Amino acid sequence: MTSEGAPAAREIAVIAFAQTDHRRSTEESSEVEMLMPVLHEVLAQTGLRAADIGFTCSGSSDYLAGRAFSFTLALDGVGAWPPISESHVEMDGAWALYEAWTKLLTGDADTALVYSYGKSSPGSVRDVLTRQLDPYYVAPLWPDSIALAALQAQALIDAGHTDEPALAAVGARNRADATANPHAQLKGRLPHGDYVVRPLRTGDCPPVGDGAAAVILAAGERARELCERPAWIRGIDHRIEAHALGVRDLADSPSTRLAAQKAGAFERPVDMAELHAPFTAQEVILRRALRLGDDVRVNPSGGALAANPVMAAGLVRIGEAAARIHRGDSGRALAHATSGPCLQQNLVAVLEGDPR
Amino acid sequence: MPEVLQAPLVVEFPFTRSLGPVQSAFLTGLRERVVLGVKTGDGRTLVPPVEYDPVTAEEIRDLVEVAPTGTVTTWAWNHEPRRGQPLGTPFAWVLVRFDGADTALLHALDAPGPDAVRTGMRVRIRWAEERTGAITDIACFEPYDGEPGQPGGHPGEFEDPLTGIVAPARLDYTYSPGRAQTAYIQALSAQRTVGERCPSCRKVYVPPRGACPTCGVATAEQVEVGPRGTVTTFCIVNIKARNLDIEVPYVYAHIALDGADLALHARIGGIPYDQVRMGLRVEPVWTEGARYPDHYRPTGEPDADYETYKELL
Repeated sequence: MTSEGAPAAREIAVIAFAQTDHRRSTEESSEVEMLMPVLHEVLAQTGLRAADIGFTCSGSSDYLAGRAFSFTLALDGVGAWPPISESHVEMDGAWALYEAWTKLLTGDADTALVYSYGKSSPGSVRDVLTRQLDPYYVAPLWPDSIALAALQAQALIDAGHTDEPALAAVGARNRADATANPHAQLKGRLPHGDYVVRPLRTGDCPPVGDGAAAVILAAGERARELCERPAWIRGIDHRIEAHALGVRDLADSPSTRLAAQKAGAFERPVDMAELHAPFTAQEVILRRALRLGDDVRVNPSGGALAANPVMAAGLVRIGEAAARIHRGDSGRALAHATSGPCLQQNLVAVLEGDPR
Repeated sequence: MPEVLQAPLVVEFPFTRSLGPVQSAFLTGLRERVVLGVKTGDGRTLVPPVEYDPVTAEEIRDLVEVAPTGTVTTWAWNHEPRRGQPLGTPFAWVLVRFDGADTALLHALDAPGPDAVRTGMRVRIRWAEERTGAITDIACFEPYDGEPGQPGGHPGEFEDPLTGIVAPARLDYTYSPGRAQTAYIQALSAQRTVGERCPSCRKVYVPPRGACPTCGVATAEQVEVGPRGTVTTFCIVNIKARNLDIEVPYVYAHIALDGADLALHARIGGIPYDQVRMGLRVEPVWTEGARYPDHYRPTGEPDADYETYKELL
């Protein structure tokens, strides 16, 4: 390092993305059987072999499978012999991507494979997710994930930022857009439905399903060699809020706003955004937190309201945004991932293609 | 393809958790019908209380009693209560800010229907008849029209304070092992062992998991292996496992079944423990109705040559 200051950070890009068809159940497959096709697909997109990958990082949760260390079995799908450099986060794969990004920044690797998967079909994901709550004051009451999202939706309605017809429109728009997404689980016109936990109706909630996703990252010239139009990660940041729900203003998402600011999202406008909003009200909150105007295309994939493989849905958002840049459909895109109840943790990435 | 196997899988744990001074005071207080908050450096009162200020991360210990009455800050109507939830009849989830508090606590509100609930409505605690020092000592909240309750000025010190709680957790799953392991288990039911061959490196994996961990590709070609095999390595177990009716010492071994490229492990019987050796040829012993071999015993063949199994250690 010179006295001029820190050297410029390496440029890192998403260069390939693949996802499964997201389905209500994949009981015929084990996790690794579900995952392997997407691993092979991202490798094929880049021409890389598993042995060429510098760093591998995955995201998943034992609580979905109901088994300890379930991710170790999935490692069979990446060819972990001879030994590879590998890591795992017990979170959505978007956070695994963050770890891979930092690894590439250090210069220890030039390419990284990031994957994540979730099979919600073996258990009841509404109940499974209660086990991530404060175990002293909250988890003993078993408030399920839809109940907590409903409290947030009511807070948003009370704040005057939305109403039930507006929420229905959010669900309808996402599922209409999902008709162009061959991987989506719920698509097309669906009734707003009955209340699940009021004020949320079935149409305000995500489908429960199984799925997997994978991306490949590459640094600098390596990215240009392997991908015609890399989706450069211009900034990425993640922030968390107090875990106690009663301490937070549920109608707002200051952690998303701060992560976006740190990621540089407000420096120049984006033309599209993939928001990880499993519930309709959360899209309203995120749009406000991210100051996205009506001119920004939000969730052309249909978002998490059309397919919500837990632990993969956030990585899918980054992948979908990157894929639009790869195809030339976007110049500057924002991708968001969330984890925890009521948007507790939020990650924002800003992706750009080279000028054309 | 044969039907994929499924079975119920219940994961159940009694988590034993320690309490710090603040959580201990709060939960002990509930046992004594006292609601305690904690003061932050800037004078706010947090209920439920935490040990560290969520803004400054300063340690906070200054306990203060608040009233058992409060105001709903947001709510959601739950018409189909689920297992473990506070009430078995339809109820509202509520965040309640107690009188004297600046933050809200999550719980249930017993109300006749959603039309009887609104943000800003006044509520009070309905205490559970039997209280143990848990959040469920609050049975629920109920609508309340009266004056704000008066906190008693409790200092937050108790005789016989709680030091821990036991939080039971139970999740119900339907486990399915997937295609490859289903085939393995179904073959075992006919006392056969099947593996899968990697189309790339030609290795045969037992038990098969549907993927070659070396090549990272799917495996599909089924191969019957064994039943005989070779002890590649072993250990002598000298500690008796609870609920396991096997006399110690006994031998646990890696066994390379004939035709397999991965050793599986099993107990060795039918030979004194101190005569088991690398290269010993063994065969499975099945007991009536068992789902896997009870143990492996010597076949009486000459020992295998080290060269034939050295790659499988």
